[in-house]
Amino acid sequence: MAELTTLDRPFPPGEYPVVVIGSGPGALQVTASLRAVGVSSATVSADPSPGGMFRRWPHFQRLLSWTKPYAPVARGTRAYERYDWNSLLTDHPAARALQPGLMDGTSYFPSRPEMEANLAAFAERAGIAIRYGCRWTATRRVETPDGDRFEIETTDGVYRCQVLVVAVGVAEPFSPPGIGMELSHHYADVRPAEAYADRRVLIIGKQNSGFELATGLLPWARQLILVSPSRARLSVETKTLVGVRARYVQPYEDHVLGGGVSVLDAAIDRIEPAGDVQMTVHLRRTHGGPDLAIEVDDVISATGFVSPLRDLPDLGVTTFGASRLPVQTPWWESATVPGIYFAGTIGQGSKGLQKHGVPSNSGAVHGARYNARVLAGRIAQLHFGYEPDRPHLAPDTIEGFIAGELAEAPELFHQRGYLAHVLTADPEGGVRDDGVQPLAHVLDGGGPDAIAATLEADGSGAIYPVVYTRIAGRIVERAIESDPLMRFDTIDVRRAIGELAGLVMAH
Amino acid sequence: MVDRAELVDAIAGFSLFADLTGPQLEGIVHMFEEAVFSDGDKVLRQGLTGSGFYVILDGEAAIVVDGTERARLGRGEFFGEVSIILGESPIADVVATRPLRCLVLAGPRVEAFLIAHPRVMWRMLQAQARRLRAANRWRS
Repeated sequence: MAELTTLDRPFPPGEYPVVVIGSGPGALQVTASLRAVGVSSATVSADPSPGGMFRRWPHFQRLLSWTKPYAPVARGTRAYERYDWNSLLTDHPAARALQPGLMDGTSYFPSRPEMEANLAAFAERAGIAIRYGCRWTATRRVETPDGDRFEIETTDGVYRCQVLVVAVGVAEPFSPPGIGMELSHHYADVRPAEAYADRRVLIIGKQNSGFELATGLLPWARQLILVSPSRARLSVETKTLVGVRARYVQPYEDHVLGGGVSVLDAAIDRIEPAGDVQMTVHLRRTHGGPDLAIEVDDVISATGFVSPLRDLPDLGVTTFGASRLPVQTPWWESATVPGIYFAGTIGQGSKGLQKHGVPSNSGAVHGARYNARVLAGRIAQLHFGYEPDRPHLAPDTIEGFIAGELAEAPELFHQRGYLAHVLTADPEGGVRDDGVQPLAHVLDGGGPDAIAATLEADGSGAIYPVVYTRIAGRIVERAIESDPLMRFDTIDVRRAIGELAGLVMAH
Repeated sequence: MVDRAELVDAIAGFSLFADLTGPQLEGIVHMFEEAVFSDGDKVLRQGLTGSGFYVILDGEAAIVVDGTERARLGRGEFFGEVSIILGESPIADVVATRPLRCLVLAGPRVEAFLIAHPRVMWRMLQAQARRLRAANRWRS
């Protein structure tokens, strides 16, 4: 075996300004974005190659996030990112919009291997160095003459850093405790589809992972039953990414057309052995009706994943919810342990406003990639003295600038009601461009007079611009009527922006 | 982190859900999301659209109108329903006064939820009637 060189295994244990843990899309993006703002970091990962969860999942078929090879705008432009949910972000032309070039044209949803290839190509072409095969094992906070530091213990040795970015995904299988749950197996341990040939399979969970399994098993299983306490929701009904995506609705159609798939609203009471290879699942109906006892051959727990945060809770990082996500500030910093930040899907713990019940897309690559870029700027500014450009905009250019952002900015489109573009009143006249920021910070953080623009949705299917003004600390919201062709730079929009910008600058 | 069984036990003691069966309580825990706020975080914002319905699991929140605190809410109490029922923006900020943990249901889902759970609607009406009576006493 060849001796490992520094090139093969960069970032030996030692002290670095920032340590990033992970090698999935979140870690790749935050590493690239930190470098773009001049912050050096050491990125370490237990995995042997880039890709994170996409090295293993989804089990069947393809991703739920699309990439349109042919779009109304040119591939590789900023505006194209609206149509490509899977490529990571960089200014290097050779590493932009990589996903469409790696797809075989049979679907606009990349297959898992195509997504993994996309991430590996990004790491290579953007020159993202990662120390693979280096497992994070423990975390400490230590006082040093230079200030507090984090010590990250790994299988390769101890790293010390001022800022820790955890980007390890929401990838640890979770099965809720319960009587007989040990007889089930988790989504993560599902066997090849043909192993379920002519078997009766009960799937616990009616979200995307449950329906993904059911879709994959439709041609194989003798009987499929999906169970959870609340009703299945479909994304085409919620008009958001909440709910079962259209690609996995086939088992639901089979159910409503009486094809034999059962979709039940019930809680699992217990699972009991029933012979050598069978089991009986006892169910209590959530919406009335008698209890049920169903004999099946397999029970699969599609009950989700949790964040593998190791000992961070012992360090004081509080978590919440079924996925044990860390409680975070709007800037994805632990709300309880300053200096620890989260990138990638863990960032969905920073909920934002969730107006009209519409969540951010932080749990997916097309949302998390923008969070990571904003986060990198925040870390650089707050911890390492980075002063971002704040271009000056003359009063007569503001209207066109905001309208242009609403029409083209992928951050505002993909992170609707979550990220906003902020212009701050300049005492010298005009405004300063303060870039893209979390909307919750803009609304709650206070500050000088400003105007912030975003796109929002209300669950009706409409997507529309919303402009917020902050004048003397008072926030006012102005929603602008949606355009049926999703044009966000119409005359009405420009007129509204002009009025609001005038108010901000007149104060 | 509290698992769902513990959440079911917790909300079983809330008057809002006092009439529900065990499986119905499990359905509610499954349907609502858990949300956590740090001391000083805004949960609802006066004048901004699109808020949700919150039930407090732990902690405390202040109701603040135009910068003046009007009331405090604690475990088992709820807020956000008035603006959803009326289809208007909240007339107050609701601000966590210490770490606050809630169950939250998105505004667009509240009507269907209440219609599907009439006993919860009745309990909510009782609570509203008490609040109205207290407000009238305060005025008189």
